Amino acid sequence: MALFYVFGAIAVVASLLVIAQHNPVYSVLLLIASFGALSGLYVLLDAPFVAVIQIIIYAGAIMVLFLFVVMLLNAPREETEEDLARGLATLAAPRVRTVGAALAAALAVELSWALTKSGGESGSFPGGSVSSVAAIGRLLYTDYAFAFEVTSVLILVALLGAVVLARREAR
Amino acid sequence: MPALADYLVLSSILFAIGAAGVFVRRNLITILLSIEIMLNAVNLAFVAFGRALGAADGQIIVFFVMTVAAAEAAVGLAIVIALFRHRESLDPDSFTALKG
Amino acid sequence: MVTPLLLAQLGLTLFVFVMLLNSAALMVYFERKLAAFLQQRVGPYLVGPRGLLQPLADVVKLMFKEELRPRAADPLLFAIAPIISATAAFAAFAVVPFGAETTLFGLLREPLRLQVADVNVAMLVVFAIASMSVYGIVLAGWSSNSKYSLLGGLRSSAQMISYELSYGLALASVLLLGNSLSLTDIVNRQAGTWGGVLPRWFVFLQPIGFLIYMTAGIAETNRAPFDFPEAEQELVAGYHTEYSSMSFAMFFLAEYINMVTVSAVATDLFLGGWHGPFLPASLGWIWFLVKVAAILFVYIWIRWTLPRYRYDQLMHFGWKVLLPAAVVNLLATAAGVLYFGG
Repeated sequence: MALFYVFGAIAVVASLLVIAQHNPVYSVLLLIASFGALSGLYVLLDAPFVAVIQIIIYAGAIMVLFLFVVMLLNAPREETEEDLARGLATLAAPRVRTVGAALAAALAVELSWALTKSGGESGSFPGGSVSSVAAIGRLLYTDYAFAFEVTSVLILVALLGAVVLARREAR
Repeated sequence: MPALADYLVLSSILFAIGAAGVFVRRNLITILLSIEIMLNAVNLAFVAFGRALGAADGQIIVFFVMTVAAAEAAVGLAIVIALFRHRESLDPDSFTALKG
Repeated sequence: MVTPLLLAQLGLTLFVFVMLLNSAALMVYFERKLAAFLQQRVGPYLVGPRGLLQPLADVVKLMFKEELRPRAADPLLFAIAPIISATAAFAAFAVVPFGAETTLFGLLREPLRLQVADVNVAMLVVFAIASMSVYGIVLAGWSSNSKYSLLGGLRSSAQMISYELSYGLALASVLLLGNSLSLTDIVNRQAGTWGGVLPRWFVFLQPIGFLIYMTAGIAETNRAPFDFPEAEQELVAGYHTEYSSMSFAMFFLAEYINMVTVSAVATDLFLGGWHGPFLPASLGWIWFLVKVAAILFVYIWIRWTLPRYRYDQLMHFGWKVLLPAAVVNLLATAAGVLYFGG
C-alpha cells in the first residue's frame, strides 16, 4: 500500500512539473520519471509484461524521439518578462490559465466520481495473478489478431508519414 | 492493499493534469507531452480494470494504445518540425494562416 | 523479518556490485595488455608486478584531476548524465544469473539463486535498461553545450537506438528456442549434451543469431568498429569531450560494465551459462566466468583489429543489413521450431 502511494505521488508530482516547466528538456525528463512510476504501478497490478513494455516503448523510444526533436529545434528555454509582454510566453494569458486549471480540476472530480460510483465490484482485487506473458501472447494472436495486423499497417503509415512530413523541400 | 477505486482516482487525476497541460501551455511540444500523459492515465485505468476482472484483455488493449501513441507521437513531432521550419516558432497562436 | 536467506541475498547484491567494479578495473588492464600484445609491444609493466596495479594508478590519477564544467553547460543535466549511464550499466546486470542455485555449503535452508533479482521477464528487463542507457549519452552531449559533444551525443544515441532493433530480434529468436523470458530457465534448457559430445548450447542451433546479437551488442556499447561517436580522430572525444575526473571515469565505467553485461547475457542465452563438463553444478560459476572472459577477449580483439566504420556506413549496416538478417533469422527459427516440434 505504501508503494502505491509512493509511485502514485511520484507520477502526479512529475506530471504537474511537466506542465509547469518552461524548459522543454526538463519536461521530457520529468515525464520519463512519471513513466517510471507508472511502470512501478503496473508491477503492483501484477502486469510485469506491461511494466517492462512501458519502459521499452514509452520511456525508451518515444521519449528519446521527443528529446531529439527538442534538442534539434533548440526550443526556447527561459521565458523573460519581455517575452511575457510580447505575448510569446509559453503559458497562456492569466485568465486562460485559471479557467483551464479550473476546468481540469472539474474534470478530475467528475471522472473520479463517475469511475468509483460504478455498482458491481466491491473494488478490491480478486486473488490470484491474471496472466503470464504466454497467455497474453495467446490472446493477442487469436482474439485480437486482426487488431494486431492493422496496428502493423498503422505503424508503417506513421513511419512513412513522419519521413515525408519532416523532409526538407528539394531545392 | 490498494483497491480498484484508488487506481481509478489516480488515473483521473493524471488525465486531468494532462488535459490542463493541453489547455494552459502554449508550446507545441509540451502540448504533445500532455497528450502522452493523458494516454498513460488511460493505460493505467485499463490495466487496473483488467486486473479487477481477472482478464488479460486490459493488458492487450494497453499494448495497442502504446502502439498508437508511438505512431501519433512520431507523426505529431514530424508536423511540429515542419511547422517550425516554416515559422521559427513553437507557439500554436502563431499559426493563424487558416484564420477566417 | 531477517532470515538467513535475506542476509544472503543482501550479501549477494553487495558482492555483485563490488565484483562489477573489479571487473571494470580488470578490463582496463586486460584491454591495455591485449592491445599491446596485438601491436607487438609490452604494455603497462611498471606499476606492480607485470603492470597489474595499472588500473589502480589510473583511478588515482583520475581522482586527482580537476572536475571541470563549462560555464554554458546546464549544471543539473551535466551532473546527472554520467550518473544515468553508470546506474543503467549496473542495473542491467541485476537480472543476469551467474550460477546455479546454491545453499552456500548447507548454511541456508533454501537454495539461493545467484541472481540479484529473479524476475520472470528478465530478458525484457535487460533490454529495457539497455534502452535507458541512451539517455546518459544524449544528455551528456546536449548539456555540454559544445558542438563536438552535441554531434557525438546525437550520433551515438541514434546508433544505439538503431541497433536496439536487431538486438531485440536476436533476443526474440532465443525466446523461441528457450520458450521462456526468464534467463534462468533458458540457461537450464541448455544443460546436458547431444550424444555425450556436443553441449546443448543455443549457439549451435542459432549461429547467425549469436553473431547478430554480438554485433548489435558491440554497437550498443559503442565499441569499435562502431565507435565513431567517440572517435578520437574525428570528434575529439564525442559526447564526453567536456568531462573530466570522476565524471569521465563514470562514463568509462559504464562502458566497461555494459560490455560485461552484454557478454554475460550472451553467455546465458547462447553459451549455456554455467553448465560445463568436469565440474559439479555448485561450481558452475567458474565456467560462467571462463565463458564471459572468452567473449570479452573477442571484444577487445575485434577493437584492436578492425578499422572503424564511418557513420553513414554504420547506419547503413544497421538498418539495411543487420535488421533484415535478424528478421530472416527470426523467421527461420520460428519455422524450425514449428517443424521440429520445439
